[in-house]
Amino acid sequence: MKKRILALTLAGTMTMGLLAGCGGGSTESAAPSDATESTAPAESASAAEGGVIKIGGIGPLTGGAAVYGLATKQGAEVAVEEINALGGLQFSLDFQDDEGDAEKAVNAYNKLKGNGVQLIYGCTTTTPCVAVAAETFNDRYFQLTPSASSTSVTEGKDNVFQVCFTDPNQGTTAADYIKDNGLGTKVAVIYNNGDAYSTGIYNSFQSEADTIGLEIVTVQTFPDDTNTDFTVQLSAAKDAGADLVFMPIYYTPASLILNQAKTMGYAPTFFGCDGMDGILDLEGFDVSLAEGLMLMTPFNAWGEDERTVSFVKAYQDAYGTIPNQFAADGYDCIYAIYEACMKAGITAETSPTDVCEKLIATFTDSAFSVDGLTGTGMTWGTNGEVTKAPVVVKVEGGVYVTQ
Amino acid sequence: MKTLSPGRKRLIDNSITYGIVIAAYIILQIMNAGGHMSPSLQGLLVPICAYITMAISLNLVVGISGELSLGHAGFMSVGAFSGVVASMSLQQAIPSGSIRLAVSMVVGALCAGVAGLIVGVPVLRLRGDYLAIVTLAFGEIIKNIINVLYVGVDQNGIHFSTANEMALNLEEGGMAILKGPMGVTSNVKLSSFTAGFILVMIALVVALNLINSRSGRAIMALRDNRIAAESVGIGATKYKLMAFVTSAVMAGAAGALYAMNFSSFAAKKFDFNTSILILVFVVLGGLGNIRGSVIAAALLYVLPELLRDFYDYRMLIYAVVLILVMLATNNPTIKGFFARFFRKEKEETAKGGAAQ
Repeated sequence: MKKRILALTLAGTMTMGLLAGCGGGSTESAAPSDATESTAPAESASAAEGGVIKIGGIGPLTGGAAVYGLATKQGAEVAVEEINALGGLQFSLDFQDDEGDAEKAVNAYNKLKGNGVQLIYGCTTTTPCVAVAAETFNDRYFQLTPSASSTSVTEGKDNVFQVCFTDPNQGTTAADYIKDNGLGTKVAVIYNNGDAYSTGIYNSFQSEADTIGLEIVTVQTFPDDTNTDFTVQLSAAKDAGADLVFMPIYYTPASLILNQAKTMGYAPTFFGCDGMDGILDLEGFDVSLAEGLMLMTPFNAWGEDERTVSFVKAYQDAYGTIPNQFAADGYDCIYAIYEACMKAGITAETSPTDVCEKLIATFTDSAFSVDGLTGTGMTWGTNGEVTKAPVVVKVEGGVYVTQ
Repeated sequence: MKTLSPGRKRLIDNSITYGIVIAAYIILQIMNAGGHMSPSLQGLLVPICAYITMAISLNLVVGISGELSLGHAGFMSVGAFSGVVASMSLQQAIPSGSIRLAVSMVVGALCAGVAGLIVGVPVLRLRGDYLAIVTLAFGEIIKNIINVLYVGVDQNGIHFSTANEMALNLEEGGMAILKGPMGVTSNVKLSSFTAGFILVMIALVVALNLINSRSGRAIMALRDNRIAAESVGIGATKYKLMAFVTSAVMAGAAGALYAMNFSSFAAKKFDFNTSILILVFVVLGGLGNIRGSVIAAALLYVLPELLRDFYDYRMLIYAVVLILVMLATNNPTIKGFFARFFRKEKEETAKGGAAQ
């Protein structure tokens, strides 16, 4: 009996070991060196020239927001591979799952601290990012987030920087854009009042619209949990005579709205924000429904410029899908870190506290600007917010066309 | 041969439970002082204490009182948000962090207790699975209410709104504490491992003493056979409500402790999944077994964090381990394997006893 149990235990341990090997292996293929033992030799080999700067990444790899976390992880991995291929500074990315949850994100951050990372790349979503930002601020770790867009992420913390636009910034810009280009005279808003991102954009959109005299005829909300039927909201918009529907929401509910609007025979201009990006890749979504949809996204995967083309190609080769804006934000983050590290003279030996102070000085330096996929000449203020030009695209023939 | 009286046996049993918790606290404190603790484990200490208290609290309802509660995270949520509002608005009045933490935990416990009373009074009169359904709904209702609630504080007092932050009409120097779906974003962290340890000890004392009291026996009698218990004059609603409200109060205090460990958290955290997570702790630890809940909560909470080195396979392994634990604790072969150890010990004592 004892033997059988022993055999079972041993078999279990070996299976675990096997899985561990796979885990290390799969991450290794994407990011050249990880904190797993199996990759240790590779790390020391490349450490010959100045060592490897360890970046700790945090984002949701499981759970409802996993699609965003995976995109930021994969976008960053493409950038890390490119940078490491250049020779020079070497990066390694240790990316931990936070399940889109503040508590798990703090756990992930503590784990990364134990793994000896020098700076933090993340988090992908807002609430976890605010929780981690408070920790990095106390511990003096530099943090750069690709996509946590609330102002509370950077508020009062000198060590946290964003690569994406803030929510209020998006709302204001959207209102101005609609007014200036005469896209609509009567605007309806449909937003998710259970979501921080959606509410944040709506609030600033409303106040900017009041200031510039853009007429909002109806404001419709839906909660986070029940987002399958939007006929009530759409009927209200139609009855109010809205010729433009502003939807600061994520693409999954938006796809249903577009579908239901078509069934109702209601065809206003639909206008979304960066959360709408990804709608064309949605499985089972008829892209003809999105024809004429306008959205504010900093990244156009169908763009013609050289960097975008090469990034999209590298991303497709590695992961088989077209990168969205989150992936591009992640890519830009790593390049921003790369350029800042070069400028500040960060090496693998620099302590996290020194990395933090040096990178803060570099990022807030007015002479420091980064050209990336999501904008050229990105600069950062002392409040951690990025300055770059907003881009509006329109869906035409199943692809984005920059306006 | 001496046989232990039931009272004495219980005393020893309870002392083991207290002993485990105290020993764990001392060992962890020594490790911490010696610098042998990874940052990862350090960060887990307070959430572990909160989840242990939650497991003890839920075990009172599910294990002792025999009612199924599927919305325990709702009470945690009430405690968390009321605790944070109390702590943030008393920032000037009470400068000492530890007193403010205690106050916020008491406020959280009281608010959750009131919520427990409101839910419990009508529902505990019903029989069957109604409590499960109502608590499930309660958890969701609380989540959605807090998701649209804005709370701010200035020198005139606390302001509430369900519209937006602007509608709070805060005066100069005021601050918004709870911002609807964004939740709390500027909390001041106050929780410490010692506070968590004290909370767990209080919860243990309350739970174990309740179980071993006259009321506790009445509660368990109602669980085992309601008709028989009522026939000897035990009022079902009163005793069930006692267990339920005590449980809600503990959950509220645990929620406040949990909340005060993070500078940002939102109502979404306290959803159905969190309720089920705590229920998993209780079921795997053993229904009605307080010590089991404590151990299961601590181990199962740490497990996914220890598995972080497995990257993509983390949650898969976690699920497999859960299934294995469930099978192992119910497998007669494995049970027999462990039972043999204990039997040997018993036999030895019996022999020793016989020799005397």
